[in-house]
Amino acid sequence: MLSVALRRLAASVLLLFLVLTATFFLIHLAPGDPANVLTDARTTAESMARLRAVYGLDRPLPVQYLLWLRAVVLRFDWGVSITFGRPVAALLGDVLVPTALLGVTAMIVQYLVGIPLGVVAARRRGRVLDDSIRLVSLLLYSMPAFWMGLMAILLFSFTLPLFPAGHMHSIGADGLSPGARAWDLLTHLALPALTLGLGMAGATVRFVRNQMIEVLHEDYIRTARAKGLSERRVIWVHAMRNVLVPIVQLFGLSLPFLLNGTLVLEVVFSWPGLGRTTFQAILARDYPVILAATALTGALVVVGNLFADLLHAAVDPRVRARPRPGGPGGPGGPGRPAGLGNLDRPQPALVGPLTGREGADDA
Amino acid sequence: MPEAPLRLDPLAQVAATGAPRALRSTAGALVLLLVIVAVAAPVLAPYDPARQVDPPAARYQPPGTTLALVERTDGSVLLANRVDRVPGGLKIERLGEPRMLAADEVANLTADGVADQRRFLLGTDGYGRDILSRMIYGARISLLVGSLSVALALTLGLAIGAAAATGPRWLDSVLMRGVDAFLAFPRLFLVLTLTVLLPPSTALVVVVLGMTSWMGLCRLVRAEILSLRERQFILAARSLGLHPLRILWRHLLPNALTPVLVQASLLIGDVILVESSLSFLGLGIQPPTASWGNMVAAGRDVLVTAWWVSTFPGLAIVLAVLAFNLLGDRVRDLLDPRTATDR
Repeated sequence: MLSVALRRLAASVLLLFLVLTATFFLIHLAPGDPANVLTDARTTAESMARLRAVYGLDRPLPVQYLLWLRAVVLRFDWGVSITFGRPVAALLGDVLVPTALLGVTAMIVQYLVGIPLGVVAARRRGRVLDDSIRLVSLLLYSMPAFWMGLMAILLFSFTLPLFPAGHMHSIGADGLSPGARAWDLLTHLALPALTLGLGMAGATVRFVRNQMIEVLHEDYIRTARAKGLSERRVIWVHAMRNVLVPIVQLFGLSLPFLLNGTLVLEVVFSWPGLGRTTFQAILARDYPVILAATALTGALVVVGNLFADLLHAAVDPRVRARPRPGGPGGPGGPGRPAGLGNLDRPQPALVGPLTGREGADDA
Repeated sequence: MPEAPLRLDPLAQVAATGAPRALRSTAGALVLLLVIVAVAAPVLAPYDPARQVDPPAARYQPPGTTLALVERTDGSVLLANRVDRVPGGLKIERLGEPRMLAADEVANLTADGVADQRRFLLGTDGYGRDILSRMIYGARISLLVGSLSVALALTLGLAIGAAAATGPRWLDSVLMRGVDAFLAFPRLFLVLTLTVLLPPSTALVVVVLGMTSWMGLCRLVRAEILSLRERQFILAARSLGLHPLRILWRHLLPNALTPVLVQASLLIGDVILVESSLSFLGLGIQPPTASWGNMVAAGRDVLVTAWWVSTFPGLAIVLAVLAFNLLGDRVRDLLDPRTATDR
């Protein structure tokens, strides 16, 4: 398993390098540059040229690329932001914390809401409750995050003034006691995290429901029931173990969705995170920030997937025993979980007889 | 050598995907409604979605507002909250101020007022444009971008999927690794970077969205071809010594196409969602062209004073995406009865 994970990591690093190189040439070859954004029509050609010289934009593109690459590889120096005027590494380090806070809180909401609702829907399959949960989860899944955020602001910041409408701290929060500061942060976090978490919970509910239904068809569940175990024990102990295995994989696969969501909601809620900073940098053609942010988001996804792989190996003994069929996510590997999009056909049964027996042993 | 392409009965195949049964459902009706609204937009929309009529008086009118439309003889148009026919002319109340117009100044004067009015069922935006009309035209953009992007994604998915399934092993492995990589990348970051680089246009949105949504279809095409390859009729074609490209073009692709087409049509909901996010962020469809995403963005700064500007277009997005997702659910249920509600 470790060697598979390492091979995967190496492939991801190579991929990241290719993506960065492509991005570098794309953003530099496209018409317009930061000098256009920083200046206006009155700027003379001479000062434009000076500005470009300052940022090294006047050199031939391959030279710019090699200089950039050398700085990144040798000194891990990502340059200085053109619009923010700060070293990019420090800038992104600062904005990563709010994004992590938002993302992790949203994920907690996602699973706390998604797993129980999915299980309830599976148990009440075909009943009114199942239909309602399915409809609500599909509704959440179909809602654009930005609109959900705006509606949350409208309802819970203005109509019912429960939470602040944006930003991370109140003005003057620095002077507060640590407890009051934490509370202030929490109230600011509530709306964006709930919006993002509930939006993602829609997919989780559907995924858990379908997995649970599939697992409940397994022989070992019938065995457990035949032994006279309580239904609660059958569901939450025996079946749940095998529902959780693919959820671990879902976690890794849903990271890109999480980052997409944070970008939009950070813009809506003026949350000073990675997404909003990247968005501003893209608008301003802030090359160093765009490249570093691309690298950072890519790296986050890679690390998240690696973590999911290791976690998967920890919960599923089959993975420890042998590499997944067809190599890492490659031919024959498990597809994107069915709950995540319209694209995939019904999820191939990830929960096979082997884990089935394993689940039945413990009673 | 004359050769009749061997095909599985296409009608039976369509039936097997569950698409026809799925279409005869609420979801199917909703999607059909969307298509009708988009096609018949000029007939259905009460007003021109882009024309600004007396913006100072018409801007940010709440849903259900009716304003009298006063056409003046000099060609200009005024919208008034109240008009009273008085001897010698017309007394109008516009922007809270009373004003007198002489009878010969008004072109559409009648015995008790003016002949025309404008009724804004869902209110107006900051330029006094009718939100309902803009939403109806917005359906066109959403469906157009959705279907064209998916068509592009389908082309890419078919080409790359077929290459992976029928090409040499190393090619398969390189292509599928690439697909995994694409799937692992946060799409919005990629899309944003791409859209900001070139002058914004609807065509650019279509191309960028198409180029970032082919991966799932590619996987499906590859899987379909791989499973078809083991079927008797393909083995027969191969043993007849047909050229592999010919087998691919005349036997494999036609038979793989149906499930792929069904999946592709369901992708439209996802694409509509991304397009609206992009337009909301100001990088997708550019105003004055109405798209649901840029309409929501237009209401963002007046959320509290004019809630309807953002609310209604957002509801349209939810409804459209929900319709496509519901349809997808139906198809999935029919394909895989185990997760279905009706046993």
